[in-house]
Amino acid sequence: MRDSNGLQAGERVWLTRAVDFSSSLRYRVPDLDDRENRRLFGRKALQHGHNYHLEVTLRGVPDPVTGMVIDLKDLQDILDREIMARFDHRDLNRDTPYFEKVVPTPENLVRVIRGILDDALPSGMLAAIRLQEDADTWVEWLEPESDR
Amino acid sequence: MIALTRRYAFPAAHVLRSPALSDDENARVYGKCANPGGHGHDYGLEVSVSGPVDARSGLIVDRAALDAIVEERVLDRFGYRMLNEDPAFGARVPTAENIAAQIHAILAGPIAELGSVRLFRVRLHETRKNSFAYGESR
Repeated sequence: MRDSNGLQAGERVWLTRAVDFSSSLRYRVPDLDDRENRRLFGRKALQHGHNYHLEVTLRGVPDPVTGMVIDLKDLQDILDREIMARFDHRDLNRDTPYFEKVVPTPENLVRVIRGILDDALPSGMLAAIRLQEDADTWVEWLEPESDR
Repeated sequence: MIALTRRYAFPAAHVLRSPALSDDENARVYGKCANPGGHGHDYGLEVSVSGPVDARSGLIVDRAALDAIVEERVLDRFGYRMLNEDPAFGARVPTAENIAAQIHAILAGPIAELGSVRLFRVRLHETRKNSFAYGESR
């Protein structure tokens, strides 16, 4: 049985929206001194910054009337409010509450972003996040295979 | 599930030619890639690893340790070389599919020895138009 969008009933579609934000940071384990942090993390222990490229993938059943999983304006509003306002042109260590005890590696940043977006988006819609730190390094967070 | 990916590159030469096929058949199957003199690519290599994020360092894997494995086992071995002359391709055609799978086989063991991390996926970009993935996903 096909729905008004021509899809099988309940069939989901994936969509990805990207935003870029620029932040400063340094890797620092709080109970280690500067020298120990430098040995553990190399130059990442020094103050530096990245142009982060964030891709957020949602999945859902397109609305029978609008044909959309989510209104992209609404999604952009959420990303502006929840991601850009928090992280863009901010210092991850100093200006956000997430990295006082946790190192702002891309692994940890993607987990923070996942928690923020999971709360801000309609339940069950968040499917994957890709966070690119530089041209040669990125992390992906994916829902478990069984749930994709 | 979290995966970390690092991207590398190596330039290498190859010829696509199957010993099971005649000259005419090789030319028909592989086209210009069967040119006996060879040709080459700037291969782009994405190495993705997965595992728990270390509670202290916040890392799935130490970048320098991963880079060292890939440089020693893959980039130094295949970069600036004729792939057909490598033992990995003695009995198989160095198509991008086979190169991706061989790189996965080469890297899986040494990466697992780093600790609680595993090789999740290898993606090989042969040109800007073609890429080939081998591993657990896509």
